[in-house]
Amino acid sequence: MLDKVNIARQFMEAIPHSRDLGMVLTEIENGVATITMPYNERLIGDPETGVVHGGAVSALMDSCCGAAVMSHPSNPGATATIDLRIDYMRSATPGQALSTTATCYHITRNVAFVRATAVDEDAGNPVAMATGTFTIEGQRT
Amino acid sequence: MRKPPEPVQVIKQRRDEALIKLVGRVPYIQYLGVSFDRRGDELTAILPYADKLIGNPMLPAIHGGVTSAFLEITSVISLSWATLWDDLESGELESDSTAFRMPKTIDFTVDYLRSGLPRDAYARARITRSGRRYASVHVEGWQDNRDKLFAQAMGHFLMPQPRFDKP
Repeated sequence: MLDKVNIARQFMEAIPHSRDLGMVLTEIENGVATITMPYNERLIGDPETGVVHGGAVSALMDSCCGAAVMSHPSNPGATATIDLRIDYMRSATPGQALSTTATCYHITRNVAFVRATAVDEDAGNPVAMATGTFTIEGQRT
Repeated sequence: MRKPPEPVQVIKQRRDEALIKLVGRVPYIQYLGVSFDRRGDELTAILPYADKLIGNPMLPAIHGGVTSAFLEITSVISLSWATLWDDLESGELESDSTAFRMPKTIDFTVDYLRSGLPRDAYARARITRSGRRYASVHVEGWQDNRDKLFAQAMGHFLMPQPRFDKP
């Protein structure tokens, strides 16, 4: 399993935007992926409060959902986002890293269905939740 | 006699300064390099291509999160801009106006219609409903052809409330 995590890490580092935001993939197995992103002042969306912009949360959610699809046991070859909805439940606490866990809970030949939750250090009180659908671009054998 | 109209340069400068103030305060907009083109009160957001925006190096394609962020930025700025427009035109816009505070995203749903190509992208938002507390926005993003959207999105926003603690 360690190999799978290493491959996933390398995969993450090969994505320029995810690397630029400092995303780290910490878990990936059986359609479930966890990615963390450190707090950075570049990502501030509200200068009055220092709260991270929703767009940065979307980037994290999108990457994590894609990774969850790729790790599904049916081995999809590649994937692309069809749609992604994010509900912002509260502001992320400035200065704290964000962590997202995505679950690919259903997959067909053509479509993967994913849910994700983003939290900061107060893990029992989610910052945002996402639901999305993703394409399946051919099976790996 | 009627008051003569303001010289056009004065009007343009006032509008452009307000827009720069609105956009320039947000670090994340600067990080992505998004700027706004203004024609009258209509805004077009521009996302200049940069390598750091890539999400799929094989194609290559812009990161879905970047696309979503770009459309969300366009929505929020267009909303704030529409809110402050009347005060701006009547000369009653104060620098600490509520309108300079950002609306908060309640939810945002993006349709990815085509992969984002490694070139500049553009977006325009339409405010479908603007109330005292809530607003609904539809936003379209395109690259080379205005009619071929690469993404569209729909979002709901909580508008900033005036502060009552001031005298």
